[in-house]
Amino acid sequence: MSLRIIVLAKQVPDTRNVGKDAMTAEGTVNRAALPAIFNPEDLNALEQALRLKESHPGSTVTLLTMGPGRAAEIIREGLYRGADGGYLLTDRAFAGADTLATSYALATAIKKIGAYDIILGGRQAIDGDTAQVGPQVAEKLGLPQITYTEEILKVDEEARRITAKRHIDGGVETVEGPLPILLTVNGSAAPCRPRNAKLVMKYKRAMGAQEKAAPACHGEKTLAYPELYEQRPYLNIQEWSVKDVEGDLQQCGLSGSPTKVKAVQNIVFQAKESKTLTGSDQDVEALIVELLANHTIG
Amino acid sequence: MNNVFVYCELEGTKVADVSLELLTKGRKLANQLNCQLEAILAGEHLAGVEAQVLPYGVDRVHVFDAPGLFPYTSLPHADILINLFKEEQPQICLMGATVIGRDLGPRVSSALTSGLTADCTALEIGSHEDKKAGKSYENLLYQIRPAFGGNIVATIVNPEHRPQMATVREGVMKKEVLDPNYQGEVICHEVAKYVPETDFVVKVIDRHVEQAKHNLKGAPIVVAGGYGMGSKEGFDMLFELAKELHAEVGASRAAVDAGFCEHDRQIGQTGVTVRPKLYIACGISGQIQHIAGMQDAGIIISVNNDPNAPINTIADYVINGSVEEVIPKMIKYYKKNSK
Ligand SMILES: Cc1cc2nc3c(=O)[nH]c(=O)nc-3n(C[C@H](O)[C@H](O)[C@H](O)COP(=O)(O)OP(=O)(O)OC[C@H]3O[C@@H](n4cnc5c(N)ncnc54)[C@H](O)[C@@H]3O)c2cc1C
Ligand SMILES: Cc1cc2nc3c(=O)[nH]c(=O)nc-3n(C[C@H](O)[C@H](O)[C@H](O)COP(=O)(O)OP(=O)(O)OC[C@H]3O[C@@H](n4cnc5c(N)ncnc54)[C@H](O)[C@@H]3O)c2cc1C
Repeated sequence: MSLRIIVLAKQVPDTRNVGKDAMTAEGTVNRAALPAIFNPEDLNALEQALRLKESHPGSTVTLLTMGPGRAAEIIREGLYRGADGGYLLTDRAFAGADTLATSYALATAIKKIGAYDIILGGRQAIDGDTAQVGPQVAEKLGLPQITYTEEILKVDEEARRITAKRHIDGGVETVEGPLPILLTVNGSAAPCRPRNAKLVMKYKRAMGAQEKAAPACHGEKTLAYPELYEQRPYLNIQEWSVKDVEGDLQQCGLSGSPTKVKAVQNIVFQAKESKTLTGSDQDVEALIVELLANHTIG
Repeated sequence: MNNVFVYCELEGTKVADVSLELLTKGRKLANQLNCQLEAILAGEHLAGVEAQVLPYGVDRVHVFDAPGLFPYTSLPHADILINLFKEEQPQICLMGATVIGRDLGPRVSSALTSGLTADCTALEIGSHEDKKAGKSYENLLYQIRPAFGGNIVATIVNPEHRPQMATVREGVMKKEVLDPNYQGEVICHEVAKYVPETDFVVKVIDRHVEQAKHNLKGAPIVVAGGYGMGSKEGFDMLFELAKELHAEVGASRAAVDAGFCEHDRQIGQTGVTVRPKLYIACGISGQIQHIAGMQDAGIIISVNNDPNAPINTIADYVINGSVEEVIPKMIKYYKKNSK
């Protein structure tokens, strides 16, 4: 017996190192200026999955990510560390999704993947910062959930039960639940192992259809070694559209999102160009008024 | 019907501070919307627990008291809210942006296909126009929240779906008793009608909770004092400012060593690391060991009478002045300008 594990992973702009050019003149986020990375807590989730694969021989780890064509990078990064495969959910119709529409899309793709025992995700993504997608995917699939997981302690395949340690406010808790189940993993859990050099060699040319169609993105004029993709099917990263997963367009992207962003305010403060004030009444009051106006203090 | 609901978190039979803060906010929203405020309490041995929430101006308290509802697990609490909301049709539901609230909220919002906004720092009532659809809305909840690692603040609305759900962190809203004798209705629900037996599949087999004296680590605003505060009395001033701003007080090692402040508030390499959105450093020179514990703060204000203090190089705002002069002014002008 073995476990079928799915890992949800998101490609995110690295919001932790925001420089001067991170915001456009119009006050919107300049995504191009921020490197796209593997969401940090999703790496912690991947590590828990890879550990289970080691302790339960024959288990499989499958990545699922939703994003643009270049998010195939997430699947590659997973393959480099020992995952068995992955799917990229990509379609213009998914754009503008809030967490509800995101979790709807992920849940339909999971149904298409088919049988699974454990779904792992990160606790939170560093761009949207909501931590909502995990529990919403669980609800949509009718699964129980364990959030804020620090460590999976045990999976009893016979009894089909999982034991995990989780973080709670002011302490820790050990919980036990049935399979199949969804867990979200904390950043304080074990860090992910580095890439494996052999796997990097094996998978470095793994690509999704969109990447293959745009060789310029990876610095090539035309796709090098096109024949490879027929000889080695594992180099093809599967892309799925709304249609492929039989998604309902009404529940995807902007139209499937109950929340609307009404306004966005940029609060990057001239990236550490400090303002110097005196202790005068006028200066102190102006500062307080400014901090109130931009919701820094309430 | 169509009232404002607050899910109240319980540790044993004690209602969490964050829930009382949200009841205070919920009362104000209900007044603005001309509707009632309702509270949900789910746990075990809850006789009399309503007394903790009624003074905040709660008109109806929904009590769900049954074995297995404490400690919290996701499915039973989610089904309580989902099924109660189907009956009651709230227009707004608030809960803490705590481990529990962030576990529960998304599950409920998914089942009801209503929107949920995480970690709001302000909630206001306002109108909204959807130009594309040619529709306008009155009395929507503006859910104001930081995102993108704190680099932007977004105002989010849920025009079409109810309830409008939001989570808010502890310490963001003020907690204020409205009337110690406030009269509200208490409804004890039959739990089995809301929660199927199959919900009790996840078992808590071990649990350790320590009552924290303060929440310096998670505080969105930190007011920190250094040796330049001069005395314990100097720190009293910081506690007063912190109380106004809903902030926590931190200290440098020199201030702790001098006995101005308790050791567990030390920030830095050998103390706690904080990542607040606002850090106000008062009379702190900014040695590397101190910086190590606060450099990821969103905005840094330095109050120092030495224009060349090293901390000024990483500060967004430098106030050249003595703490004795500047801190009282900050308190004064905050009181004057905040609602
Ligand atoms: C400024 C701003 C504010 C926003 N506020 C809200 C809000 O309050 N409410 C709301 O509903 N939406 C909000 N959104 C939209 C939200 O960011 C997107 O829906 C996003 O796709 C998912 O939310 P998240 O990034 O918060 O993910 P989280 O819920 O924090 O992610 C948790 C985990 O889910 C998995 N996951 C999430 N997205 C993907 C993906 N694309 N592919 C694979 N796995 C994934 C990962 O394992 C991840 O670690 C906001 C967006 C912006 C730009
Ligand atoms: C191994 C090691 C570990 C350490 N770990 C830590 C740690 O975890 N945390 C930590 O904080 N330190 C730590 N330190 C100590 C650190 O090196 C500094 O000594 C300490 O941070 C200095 O604290 P301070 O800024 O409050 O004091 P000082 O350096 O004395 O600075 C006082 C500041 O107050 C200003 N000032 C004075 N009077 C006024 C006034 N009336 N109004 C306005 N400003 C005024 C001065 O201009 C000065 O800038 C560690 C040191 C070592 C060697």
